[in-house]
This record gives sequence, C-alpha cells and structure tokens, in this order.
Amino acid sequence: MQPLLSMTGVEKAFNGATALAGASLEILPGEVHALIGQNGAGKSTLIKILTGVYRRDAGQVLFRGAPARIAGPREAQEAGIATIYQELNLVPLRSVTENMIMGYEPKRLGVFIDWREAHRRAREILMRFGIDIDVRAPLGSYSTAIQQLVAIARAVSLDARLVIMDEPTSSLDASEIEVLFGVVRGLRAAGVSVLYVSHFLDELFAICDRVTTMRDGRTVDCRPIAGATKLDLIGAMLGRDTAEIAADGMTEFGGGAARQGEILLRAEGVATGPRLSRLDLTLHRGEIVGLGGLLGSGRTEAARALFGEDPVTAGAIRLKDAPSAPATPAQAIARGIGFLSEDRKAEGIVPGMSVRENLTLALLPRLARNGQVDRARERALVQRFIDALGIKTADMEQPIRELSGGNQQKVLLARWLAIEPEVLILDEPTRGVDVGAKREIQAIIRDFVGQGHGVVLISSEFEELVEGADRIVVLNEGRTVTELANPGITEDRLVRALAHDRRVTA
Amino acid sequence: MNADALDLRRYVAHSPQSAAVWLALAALVGFGLLRYENFGSAYNLTSFLNYNSMFIVISVGMCFVILTGGIDLSVGSVAAFTSVVAAYLSPYGIQVALPGAVLTGVGFGALNAFSIIVLRIPPFIATLAAMLAAKGGALVISGAQTISVDWTSNFTRMGMESAWNLLPWSIVIVAAVVLVLWIVIERTSLGRTVLAIGGSEDASVLMGLKVARAKAFVYMLSGGCAGIAGVILASGFGAGQPLEGIGWELSAIASVVVGGTLLTGGLGSVPATVAGALLLGLVFNILNFENGRGTISISAYWQMVIRGGFLFAVILFQARVTARRPGAGRPG
Repeated sequence: MQPLLSMTGVEKAFNGATALAGASLEILPGEVHALIGQNGAGKSTLIKILTGVYRRDAGQVLFRGAPARIAGPREAQEAGIATIYQELNLVPLRSVTENMIMGYEPKRLGVFIDWREAHRRAREILMRFGIDIDVRAPLGSYSTAIQQLVAIARAVSLDARLVIMDEPTSSLDASEIEVLFGVVRGLRAAGVSVLYVSHFLDELFAICDRVTTMRDGRTVDCRPIAGATKLDLIGAMLGRDTAEIAADGMTEFGGGAARQGEILLRAEGVATGPRLSRLDLTLHRGEIVGLGGLLGSGRTEAARALFGEDPVTAGAIRLKDAPSAPATPAQAIARGIGFLSEDRKAEGIVPGMSVRENLTLALLPRLARNGQVDRARERALVQRFIDALGIKTADMEQPIRELSGGNQQKVLLARWLAIEPEVLILDEPTRGVDVGAKREIQAIIRDFVGQGHGVVLISSEFEELVEGADRIVVLNEGRTVTELANPGITEDRLVRALAHDRRVTA
Repeated sequence: MNADALDLRRYVAHSPQSAAVWLALAALVGFGLLRYENFGSAYNLTSFLNYNSMFIVISVGMCFVILTGGIDLSVGSVAAFTSVVAAYLSPYGIQVALPGAVLTGVGFGALNAFSIIVLRIPPFIATLAAMLAAKGGALVISGAQTISVDWTSNFTRMGMESAWNLLPWSIVIVAAVVLVLWIVIERTSLGRTVLAIGGSEDASVLMGLKVARAKAFVYMLSGGCAGIAGVILASGFGAGQPLEGIGWELSAIASVVVGGTLLTGGLGSVPATVAGALLLGLVFNILNFENGRGTISISAYWQMVIRGGFLFAVILFQARVTARRPGAGRPG
C-alpha cells in the first residue's frame, strides 16, 4: 500500500541548535499512528514542519505520493492535513457554528454568510459524531471534551485525509476519552489517517496501529503496536535497556520505607464548603502522603484548605505544635508550607522572565540587603539549584518559556525548595512532563522528605501514588473515606478504595 | 440582522451587557421625556444627534479595532487633522471634501496597520505615536489656526442642513455607515474573522483565517471613520478645528465598553456601541436641561465628573449582570 505520508531525513535547526537530525515518519491510509518521545525529542517540531508552521532545512516530505508544498496552516488544511493542537485552536467566545465553519462559510450572493445553512451544517456534522448541542451557544460554554470533538469535527468536515492529534486526552475524563476513541475509530473506518501524539502509553495500546518513537531529534523506532510492550516503548524513548527498567520499577519514588517521625501537619474534620466537607489527614516528618480521589473528589480543595487559600468552616488544621491553621497563603508560606499548583502556566511561571528571576521570585525579600537584591548571592543560589535538580537550561538568564515542561516544573519546584519549607503540597507535579523528567522530579521529592520534611502529593496517575506515597488518604465526594499504607498498596486496592468499596475499608 | 440578533430572548441571554446599555438608554430617555418639556422636541433630537453623530461614527470604528483585541488612540487627532483637510477642500464641494478627508483618515489607519502588523509594534504604542503625529500635523497644515470653510459651496450642508427636510445629512451618513458595518460584522467572513481574532489570534491563524488582512481593515476603517467625523466637525462648525478631538478616543473607548464589548476583544456589538455613544451623550444633554430649569447650575467641569460617575455606575451594573450569567466562566 502506498503511504499517505512519508517524511524522510528531515532536519531542522533553530539558531544553530539542532532540533531534528534525520527524522522520518510514514503513515498509511486509514491508519492510527502513534508518535511518542520525551519532551524535546522533536515531535512538535516534526509536526510543525508537516503543517507548514516551520520550514525544514533538509529532507523530503511526500503527501499522497507527491512532494508536499505546505507553506502555512491554510495550505495544510487545503491539502487535507488537519491538526488538533494541545492548546485548542478554537475561539471559546464564539459560537460552535462559527468555530466549525470559519474560513469556509456558506454564503448568499457570494458575500453574506447564510447563518441558517451554517447552523444546519454544523449541527449535521456534529450529529455524525453523536453530539447534539445548541450550535449557537459560545463554544466556551461547553466542556473541554465537547470543544475537542468540535475541533475534530471541523477537521473532518474540511475533508482531512490526515488528522494530527497532539495530546488529545490530557484534559478529558475517562468517559470522554471513550467518546474520543470512538471518533478515532470512526475516522479509521472512513479511511482517514490519524497521527496520535500522547504521553499516555495505555491509550496507544487501546487505539493505535503502529508507533513511531523519536529521541534527540531522530526517529529511533517504528513498529506495529500489537506485540510491543509498555517497557519496549519506554526503553525506546529513553534509550535504555528494558530489563534495566523492569528491575528499577517504573517510578523513582520507592515509597513505603519512610520512618514515621514527629507530626508536621494534621487536619481533623476540615470543611471549607460543599466540595470539601470532612478532611482527615496526618503528615509526619519524612513522609509523602498521597491524596487519592477522582476528579471532583475534593483533592484540590483539600490542598487549598491546607495552604490557607480557602477559609476553614469546620474542623481544625494544626501545623506542628501551633494550635491554629494558616489563614492566608502568605501566612502558610511564612510558617513553612509551600504549594505547587497544578496549573503551571496560569499560576506558576512568569513566561517572559528568566530562569533566575522565576526561581527567586518568592525569595527576593530574603535575598535583599538594605532593600537591594544581593546579586552574587542570588546567582550562587540559582546555580546551586540548577545543578542539584539537573535543570536543562542554556544559562540562568534564558527565558523560562523556552524550557521544556519538565524543566519548567523543576524551576518551580526549586522556587519552593529555595524558601526551605517543611511541608510541600504538590498538585500534579509531573503532569505533562516526559518520562525522564518525571523520574527526576520524583527523585527530588523523595530526597526532600528524606531530609525530614513532609509532602502532600496529589496525582491523578495511580501509578505515581501507589509507588510514590507512603500513605494514601482517599477522598470521595469531599470526605476522607479511608487511608491506605505502603508497602502493600496496589492500583487495584486504590481503585476499589476510590470507589468507596466497603470490602477494602473494613 | 441574523436570526440571533432578531430573537430578543437569545440576545439578552447571550449578551446581558448589551441588554444593560439598552435598558439604561431607555430609562434615561424616559426620565428626560417626563421631566423636561422640550426634551422630545424635533430641535433637541436633531441637534443632539447631529452633535453626537461624530462620536457615534468614531465609536463604531473603535468597536471594530477593540473587537480584534487592539486599540486606536489616534482617532481624535485624526478627526482634527481631517477637519482641516476637509476645510481646505471645501471650495470643491462635499463630493470632494468628504472622500478626501476619509481617504486621509484611511491613510493614517494604514500607517497604524503597517506599524502594528508589519513592524509588530503594540497597538497602544503605534496609535499613540500616530495620535501625536496627527495632532502636530493638524497644527502644521493649519498654521495653528481654525481654517474657515467655504460657505458658498455645498460643503456646510452636511453639518447644517437636513436630508429631505427630515434629518441632518451628518446623521443620515453616519446611520448608513453604522448599518453597513453592522452587516459586515454579522454577515461577512471579514466580520467574523475580526471577532475570531479578538477571541484568540493564535487560533485564528491556525484555522487558516486571513488575520493580517482583517487587522489592516479595522485600523483603516477606524481611520476612515475618524475622517467622517472630521468632515462633520468642519461642516457643523464652519471651520477646520486643529485643536479639537482631544480625549475623543477615550470617549469612543468608553462608548464601546458601555456597549458591552470586551476590551480584550472577541465579543461585542455594533448597535450596542451606538447605544453606548448615545447614552454618554445623553448624560450631557440631560445635565444641560437640568441647568436650563434654573434649579441648579452645574459647571462643565462638574458635568464631566458626573459623566465619569455615570460611566462607572454603568460598568459596575454590567459586571454584576455578567457575573450572574450562567456559564459565563470558562468551564473547569
């Protein structure tokens, strides 16, 4: 069968830094093809070359058997390549219809948009995906899942032959993922190819046919997914031997071994509102306590309560010997609690500032002498953290937005570590970072508690909780329902506890 | 215009801010009609509309710019500049002076568009520079004098005479412009692109929309609208006014915002902007009537303070209404 797309020997450098050095990719018609690799492996660059956002330095791109001349997103669309970006490429303020037909509006007299026809068309296309919504309402009034499906529907309605999906499930819940998978299978059945980029390996096994692995700007592996194992894929991504990984375990945490020391933080019957009605949690020195729960179980609310962000309406939080809880985040920080928010972009980094400035943002008052920041001390401290955490940056003055997600996260971790807290609350610390950085971040966390501090860890990845936490406090509908202790927690036990199954709690 | 706009309930549900401005406008008109004898007279109506037509046309141009997420600070100065141009061209009649002034305004807009799109200067800075340049330019070409128009040509008819003995020409022309622009925003790809850019410029580029073209359009449109205002100014006052137009850009921005258009772009409406401009003008009008009754005497300075307070109240009211709208926030 002639491939739909064939990219060979693609090279690309940015200001002398090599991003791609001989990348290749071949996609067959009607195939769901996975593209994996660590952050910085070159996946995004390769996709952007394919969609005309970047121009390649060398290499050949054949689409439908002919050399592809794609100079921009518009040409890509017209050639039949549609991209669903991770950051949705739609306009939430505008109606569903507009988002679907923009650029291809049905018209009367060649000028005036025929809204009746536009709405009808939008509704009809969505119906084919099993979505029945008011297409006149603003897109932003619907869930992320619906928005994502609208993006896909737009792509398909433009006669796409290849649909590129970049981390399509990162903000979907389980049932929404099923709907998405249904759509992907529908595309495959209709002969449309899908290039599927994802960090979640389990998903690939569920819907992909073949998988291409990239590492350091090169394509290192391409194989049918049937017959491959998760370890094979991780091994290819990291360039490590599979046996070695299996011996190590998948995460770097190694939970369960910690001794229980003095109590650092204790919450008893804490409530802050309808979404958190009874939190019971104890954190000792040298301990990682996981907060387990499904979306909406009150995990994030629990973290906000501990950090003094939401006023406590019932119950009590005790920090070490002090009888009272911090009432504001500023007090919490002053008393040695740090909180790494799950929303790195919105609440964490200041994109235009350098690594140094981001790292010392919360620390400036302490670095100041007579109201002036002591530059030498600041630089020494930043360099110490860059070395200690292995932050990959050209130098400390590089803008943080140019770093990969994993390295941004390390800078944020360093920001908190630098104020020398006793308790760190980490909300999804490894979300959206690649496998390698994830292991390093987990090692940093374990090292931190090893110094006699405590960590409250929120993660929607069961694996991370099960292997990483010494104990897991399980939340359900805003209440602590049970507590599991390592060693001995398995994903299966955790899942049953999440479902609030009596057999476990008894 | 489209089915959405005709369906009143839908309109209110989706744009409560716009509904608020219409309500406030109706309330103020009702108040004026009940309290002042001559408020509803033909004379008051035409003079009110005639004077405010300048602000309406500038506000509508500004509305397009703001819908893309931009801003145009140069409109006041450009109106002053074009009023001088119009005065110089007045001997050749309105048929020359109007296109001449509008083209001059479009020229300033093209300059803004070039700085913003090609040179990538932020709109605030680019149009601030154009504002200073146009202000200085107006003083240069006029020798810092008001330039008297030619009263023997048909030029002054635009600002002083009525079309079909009904409404001043200025109002007729501005109404036509408003109508066309309303159609553009509701029914054309260009208009929808303008809205999409304000909603998310990155997404618009990725959707393959002609973003640069639409942005160039809005700045040239805004300049052209300022040109029309300049002609109305010159013909209404019988002279090109190089020193006028100070603060007009801020009035226009206020009208757009009062009309419920998001300052960040992507959401807004042409008719509501007109209502916003009328509302702000009406506050002055009513204060004048109040002074006329002799019961109180409020100086022009205090009028400005009161107008500011009123603007604040309307914005506050809008914010309250919007906050209560279900589904207004981004879904988590």
